[in-house]
Amino acid sequence: MNLRKVAVVGAGMTQFVRRAKETPQEMAFKAVRAALDSCELTLKDIDAVCLGTAPDSFDGFHMNGEILSQAAGAFRKPYMRSFVGGGTGVFVPIQGWYHVASGLFDVVLVVAEEKMSSYYPHAQAAFLTIFDHTIERPLKPNLLWIFALEMNRYMTTYGLSKADIARVSVLHKRNAADHPCALLGDATITVEDVLQSETLAWPVQRLDVSPVSDGAVALVLAAEHVARRITDKPVWIEGVGWCLDTAYWTNRDLAYPRYVEIAAKMAYEMAGIKEPRKEIHIAEPYDPFDYKALHHLEGLQLAERGKAIELYLNGDAERTGNLPICPSGGLLGVGNPISAAGLMKVAELFWQLRGEAGKRQVPGNPRRGLAQAWGDLMQVGTVIILGR
Amino acid sequence: MQRNPYVNLISLTEDDFANGNVLFRHDKLNAAYAWDTGIAIGCFLGGLKAGIILGSYCANCRKTVTPPRIFCEWCFRPMQRFVQLSDTGIVNTFSICYVTWDVKRIREPEIPAVIEIDGASLGHGFLHKIGGVSPEEVQIGMRVQAVWKPPEERCGSITDILYFRKL
Repeated sequence: MNLRKVAVVGAGMTQFVRRAKETPQEMAFKAVRAALDSCELTLKDIDAVCLGTAPDSFDGFHMNGEILSQAAGAFRKPYMRSFVGGGTGVFVPIQGWYHVASGLFDVVLVVAEEKMSSYYPHAQAAFLTIFDHTIERPLKPNLLWIFALEMNRYMTTYGLSKADIARVSVLHKRNAADHPCALLGDATITVEDVLQSETLAWPVQRLDVSPVSDGAVALVLAAEHVARRITDKPVWIEGVGWCLDTAYWTNRDLAYPRYVEIAAKMAYEMAGIKEPRKEIHIAEPYDPFDYKALHHLEGLQLAERGKAIELYLNGDAERTGNLPICPSGGLLGVGNPISAAGLMKVAELFWQLRGEAGKRQVPGNPRRGLAQAWGDLMQVGTVIILGR
Repeated sequence: MQRNPYVNLISLTEDDFANGNVLFRHDKLNAAYAWDTGIAIGCFLGGLKAGIILGSYCANCRKTVTPPRIFCEWCFRPMQRFVQLSDTGIVNTFSICYVTWDVKRIREPEIPAVIEIDGASLGHGFLHKIGGVSPEEVQIGMRVQAVWKPPEERCGSITDILYFRKL
């Protein structure tokens, strides 16, 4: 394949909050403006725009991508919205990548926006429509079920304890205390706090879960010859991968995300990575629930099956450890405005690899990082690898 | 000089709405649907009305799946036939749910589960509930059997099975 090299050259994001006064457009504009300012570009420099946002049902507005277009900087420009559920936040930069790698555009804006708070009284109701209308919805399911079912299968298969899994939530929420945009950072949270929080759908307790939030994130991508003019610290997109498993989720092995493995292997091959555990220096696996970070680390081949928890138990997952995991604070700590949360992870890699992550900075000049998101009907894996 | 890439938002609380600090518009959307069952799920529901659980069989992959479908996603050929499965199975996974979708507490927890149905290929089942048992007794790997509505009350719905009971 004759693909051009693509760099991330700018990034910006809004705070993640439970309920923003700003509209989706106002949030998208703020994130895009910050991203453009970070690399001193204007809208004139942008050739095309890629947007990610979750189902229209959150906003109650059909064609949500269209109403966001001008706020995303797409006024009179080629524009495209993509959507793969929770996987969207990492799919949008992949889409931006092939817009540039193909040679079609030189500079592309990648925008992810989510306002979950409009749905009244709670965004959870919008999720009810992900279940099959004929053979699942009559059972009156709620969204927690599928996570609780998967978590139980995962922890029972490998004999993991709730106390061990809570370590994930603790580390991520502690990390988030250093993130200026975080909704749920907590520098003093303990495993006890997680284990004592309200049981929602056993084994899922309240502090095992990330919060619904509002927020927006934007990146600027550029082809190599332009990127070197914009910045002396380009961060390259070295590999991308994505994959969907069957939507018949009750026919799958719930203990292991095969689709994440396939997406990761596609990205590793593109990046020329043979030994991911040595060659990935920072991982931002998707963590809407604490067990999901472990589940995904295994699918990403960054841990043996059932062994990802060891990274947390032996300190490897900490910012100062051998494989820092979610130094941003992840969805559990920063917040979970669906598509914006995934793109926040990619922005975090950008700042980390440039040494601009402030209090969150991983020491030792990390050279390569991986971000991953997950979603649809628990069936999509989206993976991106950045390096410098 | 790098500008600050983090932008603040105006964060609202419930009180802002209750006290009238902010303006907002509240409305409902009208979203009513009549979904066709299609061929495979139509047969599945017809089976439930008759008190049997159906799967579909792929002769190429030698696989029996449930819920049934008319094509095999593995080999992308049409499924050969619908097959009758047992109304027994094992618990693949379960949860003990104490809240409704809008996080209201419920007194009697619900026990949703994925039930692997006997007669289907390994690991194939569907979502249902476990009942007639105390939550502490439920385990992954537990054998269960469907508890059916009386025939005259069945209407060709997944709820024609009331729940799965411990065997």
